[in-house]
Amino acid sequence: MKGRIVNLLLVLAVVALAVAPLAIGAGDGKEEPFTGADGQAETVITENDPGYEPWFAPLYEPPSGEIESGLFALQAALGAGVLGYCLGVVRTRRRLTAARRDDG
Amino acid sequence: MHIAEGYLPVSHAVAWSVAAAPFVVHGATVLSRRVKDSPEDKLLLGASGAFCFVLSALKIPSVTGSCSHPTGTGLGAILFRPPAMTVLGTITLLFQALLLAHGGLTTLGANVFSMAVAGPWAGFGAYLLVRRLGLLPAVFAGAFVADLTTYCVTTAQLALAFPDAESGFAGALAKFGGIFAVTQIPLAISEGLLTVLVVRLLRTSAAADLTRLGVLRPDRTEATA
Repeated sequence: MKGRIVNLLLVLAVVALAVAPLAIGAGDGKEEPFTGADGQAETVITENDPGYEPWFAPLYEPPSGEIESGLFALQAALGAGVLGYCLGVVRTRRRLTAARRDDG
Repeated sequence: MHIAEGYLPVSHAVAWSVAAAPFVVHGATVLSRRVKDSPEDKLLLGASGAFCFVLSALKIPSVTGSCSHPTGTGLGAILFRPPAMTVLGTITLLFQALLLAHGGLTTLGANVFSMAVAGPWAGFGAYLLVRRLGLLPAVFAGAFVADLTTYCVTTAQLALAFPDAESGFAGALAKFGGIFAVTQIPLAISEGLLTVLVVRLLRTSAAADLTRLGVLRPDRTEATA
């Protein structure tokens, strides 16, 4: 029981860390709040070296923001699915082992 | 957030690829031997790769008013040592470079070096240093350091390639650091907490596996906590 509460608190702390920047308005006053750090890096690169031209383009680029976010969701879903499966397997295995021990 | 496609000069792109390649080859050798010798490790290897996959897909807002994502490499580095994590991290980076136009093939070497080599090794080192204080503090330190190191290395890579016109390398380091490293601090804390959560779940349900991997010590009572 105590273990479950600790696990829940860990999840809540992560949620709080993600929500806090939005709640305190960390993006206020920015032209585009909460853009990707990699996009900002590209801006600084252009500042530091105005003549720099990227010399290679991605082989495949998602044609729209929707498709890109869909693929990101797919990546997260694959990861979460496999992770959940693995945790389910170890949990079930432990239960079965415990049950067998009780029987015999 | 990785260095975007084409955003490293050719010489830098080649140099980082050359630097990262031996780690990937060594990791692949170690990993394939491990899977052959102890197939029972496959389950938690899958879990480590999956953890990296899901965490590096989550773009999370940070106090700097921008977004970045964790790396998820600390867990695999702690459970299976950094070389195995190098391979899993490289697979994640390839997926993102090929399908999401996130990162890139020309910058793959640099991104592998930061996220799949430097991060896991630094995280593993931190884990070992803190291990005597207990399993969970060590896991937190390992994941936190792996995450933050990745973005510090990215910062250095970009500052080397694009020094500031006036203040040179140091000035560029401060600029890119403000974008990557500072943004990453809360995310690294999140990653540390999530990695602790997964290890807690594994300690409850897969204590035998953790003992076999040397993460839990059999002579201690940590497993029952």
